[in-house]
Amino acid sequence: MDFEAKRELEITACKVRMGILEGVHSAKSGHPGGSLSATEIITYLYFKVLNIDPENPKMENRDRFVLSKGHAAPVLYSVLAQRGFFKPELMSTLRKPDSILQGHPDMKNIPGVDMSTGSLGQGISAAVGMALSAKHFGNDFKVYAVLGDGEIEEGQVWEAAMFAANKGLSNLTVFVDFNNLQIDGTIAEVNSPEPIDKKFEAFNWHAIIVEDGNDFDQIEAAVNEAKTIDKPVAIIAKTIKGKGVSFMENAVNWHGAAPNDELFEQAMAELKAKLEELQ
Amino acid sequence: MSEVKSVATRVGFGNALKELGAERDDFVVLDADLAAATQTGAFKKEFPDRFYDCGIAEQNMIGIAAGIAATGKRVICSSFAMFAAGRAFEQIRNSVGYPHLNVIIGATHAGISVGEDGATHQCCEDIALMRTIPGMTIINPADVTEANLAVRAAMEHNGPVYMRFGRLAVPVVFDEDYKFEIGKGVELRKGNDVTIIATGLMVNEALIAYDMLKEEGISARIINMATIKPLDKDIVLKAAKETGCIVTAEEHSVIGGLGSAVCEALSEENPVPVVKLGVYDEFGKSGAAPVLLDEFGLRAVNIVEKAKKAISLKK
Repeated sequence: MDFEAKRELEITACKVRMGILEGVHSAKSGHPGGSLSATEIITYLYFKVLNIDPENPKMENRDRFVLSKGHAAPVLYSVLAQRGFFKPELMSTLRKPDSILQGHPDMKNIPGVDMSTGSLGQGISAAVGMALSAKHFGNDFKVYAVLGDGEIEEGQVWEAAMFAANKGLSNLTVFVDFNNLQIDGTIAEVNSPEPIDKKFEAFNWHAIIVEDGNDFDQIEAAVNEAKTIDKPVAIIAKTIKGKGVSFMENAVNWHGAAPNDELFEQAMAELKAKLEELQ
Repeated sequence: MSEVKSVATRVGFGNALKELGAERDDFVVLDADLAAATQTGAFKKEFPDRFYDCGIAEQNMIGIAAGIAATGKRVICSSFAMFAAGRAFEQIRNSVGYPHLNVIIGATHAGISVGEDGATHQCCEDIALMRTIPGMTIINPADVTEANLAVRAAMEHNGPVYMRFGRLAVPVVFDEDYKFEIGKGVELRKGNDVTIIATGLMVNEALIAYDMLKEEGISARIINMATIKPLDKDIVLKAAKETGCIVTAEEHSVIGGLGSAVCEALSEENPVPVVKLGVYDEFGKSGAAPVLLDEFGLRAVNIVEKAKKAISLKK
């Protein structure tokens, strides 16, 4: 993509990150690490790929997005807000009793959320069901999903993978947010699902490895490649957990913890500096 | 006495799918490698392009159904009760129940009347599990006629429906004029001394018990409670008021099933004696279904005994 288009996306991603921080800080809980790692992937999908209309979030033939790693709700909400599905100010209501922004995505009440998720391993099955529905009923919408790397330890993911390939669901593209960390440690320490690409290939998917899953050029190249493949596609995107906030990067303790006031100010100052640099 | 025709409720499920398939093409059917047993095979044979086998992966099947429903389409998925309600409980709760999607779960081979397969396949916990999910509708038809009508009603229903069918051929109770409505209990016999609220294959046993009690001068009211959730509280409260005691009869654990639902409905409004007949907190075992129903005390004679106990508890 050209320099200006990439700069625009990077500005948006920076604003998305600020929304994530605002939400998690305001809620005093939530999952910043895996939200920040998936920011470029989800920003790219909502700003460059998905056929959607913020004015008509239930548009029948819209492309679908499923955040299978539902705990990364802050990034999905922040992207939806930047894309115009609701006001960015709503991020400060995250996880609060009267807010539509539940701790995990709720399709019933949040404009733009296509599937309720949060229990790991389940979102991908729903995404596969959506892709099957499109194919069966003759609709041409595409389905995208984002899985966590730890999430693919769930057996249901592989039940879904087997089914998707068997039914020839080429309208399905699934990202694995390969940030290498889960709650109890690195994925290698816990129960490594590697080699991830080989596993998907063994399930008759096409696998694409993205060396820097926080780089829009590389994400774009992978998505474009996926569009040419006549199989379900897994894009294994190597990302940095906590990306964009120095003290959160590659730090397992920021999987599911909110920054205190001091650290929040530090994080926002870093992001503001980045935003000014881009603008 | 004329010979009573016996057909399994799962056959009513399969027939309804086949008929609906001929009438409309806005739904698909999923199974998990049990199509021949669950009777979705009847649909598969007629409409192979509208049937998707998920293989032996029930958790994924529920998720697939949720995804299809999330795109605004109708879907029916089927497996044995044990593997649908049991194995895939959390998928049903989170992917179907929480978003309140239009998914019909056709769960067959419920209860101990599965027979020879034994305890691992005899699900007596499914109603209890499904009842805990907010917004879930649970239907346990008494015979093939009701099963067919219930599937049709579920196809028009807004929200998830868990449907419970049996493997064993059971007597046909209802004729073609029978009207089924989700959430409505049906009074099959009038009576004043005791009310027997039965569901599934226990409805026929309750009708036999009615005659046995009548011979002893006991007037029993018989209610068919096909819909266990939402429970028809009105018919339960009316029965409690007018007959003063209740017997519940189900081929399910006495923990969490119809009996529990009736007790919960009565305890806060009119706590009359309720005696529960069901499976008493134990696993099933292998054996011919009729033998097991005898051994586990799921017969008319057992209902009679419970009815007398209920009457004796009246104040």
